Amino acid sequence: MRSAWFILICVAVAALTFLGLRVVHNDYLFIAGYTVLQFIVLATAWNILGGYCGYVNFGSAAFFALGAYTSVFFHKAYPLPIPALLVLSAVVSGLAGLGMGYLTLRLRGAFFSIATLALAVVLQTLVVNWDYVGGSRGAYVIRANTVELFGFAMPYVQYLFLLMLTLVVLAIVTARTIERSRLGFGFATIRDDELAAEASGVPTLRLKLIATTLSGALMGMAGAPFPYYIGYLQPSSAFGLEYAVNSIAMPMIGGTGSWIGPLVGALLLGIIQQVATVTISSAVNLLIVGVLLVVFVIIAPNGLVGFVTQYFRAKER
Amino acid sequence: MAEPLLQIDNVGKRFGGFVALDGINLTVAPGERVGLIGPNGSGKSTLVNCICGTLRNETGTVRFDGRQIDGMPAHKRTILGLARSFQLPRPFHSLSVSENLHIPLLYAVKSRSGSHLTPAELEAHCVEYLRLVGLDHKARKRPRDLTQVEMRKLELARAMAAEPKLLIADESMAGLSHSEIEDILKLLRQLSERGITIILIEHIMSAVMSFSQRLAVLVSGKKIADGKPDDVVRNPEVEKAYLG
Amino acid sequence: MNFPVELLVNAIIAGILLGGFYVAVTVGISIAFGMLDIVNIAHPAFIILGSYLAYIINSSFGIDPVVVGILMLPVFYALGAAVYQVYYLSFEKRGQEALRGLAFFFGILFITEVGLILVFGVDYRYAEAAYIGPALRFAFVDLPYRMLIPCVISLLMLVGLQLYLSRTFIGRAIMAVSQDQGALALMAANPIRIKRIAFGISIATAALAGAFLVIIQPVEPSVGREYIGRVFAICVLGGLGSLPGTVIGAMLLGIAESITATFYGPSWAPAVSFGFLLLTLAFRPSGLLGR
Repeated sequence: MRSAWFILICVAVAALTFLGLRVVHNDYLFIAGYTVLQFIVLATAWNILGGYCGYVNFGSAAFFALGAYTSVFFHKAYPLPIPALLVLSAVVSGLAGLGMGYLTLRLRGAFFSIATLALAVVLQTLVVNWDYVGGSRGAYVIRANTVELFGFAMPYVQYLFLLMLTLVVLAIVTARTIERSRLGFGFATIRDDELAAEASGVPTLRLKLIATTLSGALMGMAGAPFPYYIGYLQPSSAFGLEYAVNSIAMPMIGGTGSWIGPLVGALLLGIIQQVATVTISSAVNLLIVGVLLVVFVIIAPNGLVGFVTQYFRAKER
Repeated sequence: MAEPLLQIDNVGKRFGGFVALDGINLTVAPGERVGLIGPNGSGKSTLVNCICGTLRNETGTVRFDGRQIDGMPAHKRTILGLARSFQLPRPFHSLSVSENLHIPLLYAVKSRSGSHLTPAELEAHCVEYLRLVGLDHKARKRPRDLTQVEMRKLELARAMAAEPKLLIADESMAGLSHSEIEDILKLLRQLSERGITIILIEHIMSAVMSFSQRLAVLVSGKKIADGKPDDVVRNPEVEKAYLG
Repeated sequence: MNFPVELLVNAIIAGILLGGFYVAVTVGISIAFGMLDIVNIAHPAFIILGSYLAYIINSSFGIDPVVVGILMLPVFYALGAAVYQVYYLSFEKRGQEALRGLAFFFGILFITEVGLILVFGVDYRYAEAAYIGPALRFAFVDLPYRMLIPCVISLLMLVGLQLYLSRTFIGRAIMAVSQDQGALALMAANPIRIKRIAFGISIATAALAGAFLVIIQPVEPSVGREYIGRVFAICVLGGLGSLPGTVIGAMLLGIAESITATFYGPSWAPAVSFGFLLLTLAFRPSGLLGR
């Protein structure tokens, strides 16, 4: 399918989703839906570095929180409309990805992964000690009740939902474009055999830096509207456990080979978690995600998408 | 005499306390066919790795096409025109056989010439290389569907697809039948006729003797002989150390 | 100005004691990551598990935490062997340890932390023992027993391990498997079994380290995550797989953290290990004692 068509279809699906939810007229769906969309972006972003290049990022929370705290910083220093904050967060988180990548990507993948784990802890320490953005006390972000967009008035949460929907389209289109491009081929060789990739002329360091920057930027963008969504931002919620585990579990359970896997994983797990949080508890639902991650990683290494494609391939024979 | 294409001066490499390469000197002229032989563990693959940038040599210099390339990352050296096949095949498993060849074309060749190939041209180039090694009927398959021998051929084809000035074939013939060895030799001779310089690293003496214009012998990290194949083979040190 | 020499000296001494404890925490990773190439980021989870076990038994039966730790050694060894078996069959055999093996250990880390939250909640837990509180005093130098005892036992454990690795057949096989698995197989020793033993030992050390942890400080489930940075920082700094290097790395980090905490406040301590890790990775990834 040509790229232009794909973009059109994505936008159409997004528009239908939004309008459909407005018709149903249930605010809860927008609130819960926002979280699911957020996870689609995080999972897709993670997969660009993790699934395509084979480099595991454990610190998704760090990039997400950087985006969130960039918003808080500007909210206090110089209020800006959220789309502008999206761009700024992308820049900040992208640079963080680039910097960390530069320091660690010349070494083995394991060192990069460990560094990302430690990064989340350190960034949280820095934020907790930085009073301007609220420190451990947290920061309040007061926002309007309704927003007017192109002449239509809508509740603020629907506006946020729309923004996140845009980010989802952006993330998915980016992922798919990469997959089919020369860049995507390069990423695949890094994942398959970095040494052979270098010997074939692939500038592995440069490509890995592109992947970390892109991945970090997208995660930061996902975090930018978060303070406005939640109203009161604390380090423990921005750096929460659920971001780290979900950004890994969703692509790995859905399938890391293409843009479809993170989408499937995020929709499935995201919806299950929303239901579980309401019916059981949020700690139990995280436990379920953790267990599912371990189980899937052991028995279904190619995720749900891989499982399904293998099934159909077997039937063909 | 023309400027050598590859010049290795006093190259040394250690792993901890183990000296893998000890002051290696080697010169390769453009268009030459050089054979490199030696017992297992003598440092042949280490030397290839140092030339190609997979490993960094600790002492000495490597000059390629007039430029000093020590410290240059491997991919830059490939872009400059240095290509190698790996002794143990390292294909890209998630790509098809023909896509494996896309990579050097998309990266090494494109970076060098800046040309833009349409997907059709790209595929045509790949099929041509696959045909040269007899793998064109398996273009759509995955590397895991290939036999060991076919994977070696893919290794060689991938190195060729980088359109190198200097091709280092690291034991590509191990396990091949007599006729398959002849096919590879014919292929290498064709490449040589096109002007590509070739360094052949092999244990199969008949192949090395018939192919090489010059023969170098590596034993325990040192070069003990370097000259015409017939002379080298009769060298008593070489006989003792390797041919025995 | 009166330079606080006493404060500095105490900070350094405290750092050394802390470093001794960090040795116990890290030695398991020196074996698993340094020698076996297994990136077990869940190691701190096993330590915290050890802490909570020591806490339960200590608060229910009054048994000294260190004794509990020692009693737990065979249990954790068995646990480690079992985990390695799963890891080997699922990932190492298939050559997928890079991505999936890491995700596996991350999953274990995560499940342990959340499981502990569900069972114990997020309150701080601490152990009770006669030596928690009193301290040895030399002039102006304070040597709290609760730091001193773990430090000493920890160093003894390290010496014991070093002797084991260099003197016994299995120990030397473990050192060999870290260098050349193929050669080991040729010597008719089963590399998989050797690695299983080694990984079992690695996790067993977590039992003791966990007991030390709950003596030194109150624990709650998320404490494990702080230690990931420390453990790998020490491991890389000391040179992967080198037990003496682990001691040096642990001492350096302990002193650095102690000085930071004393002069800048304890909330900055987690950042120190990360700084160490990044700097080491950037400038000397083979570690201080590395090749």
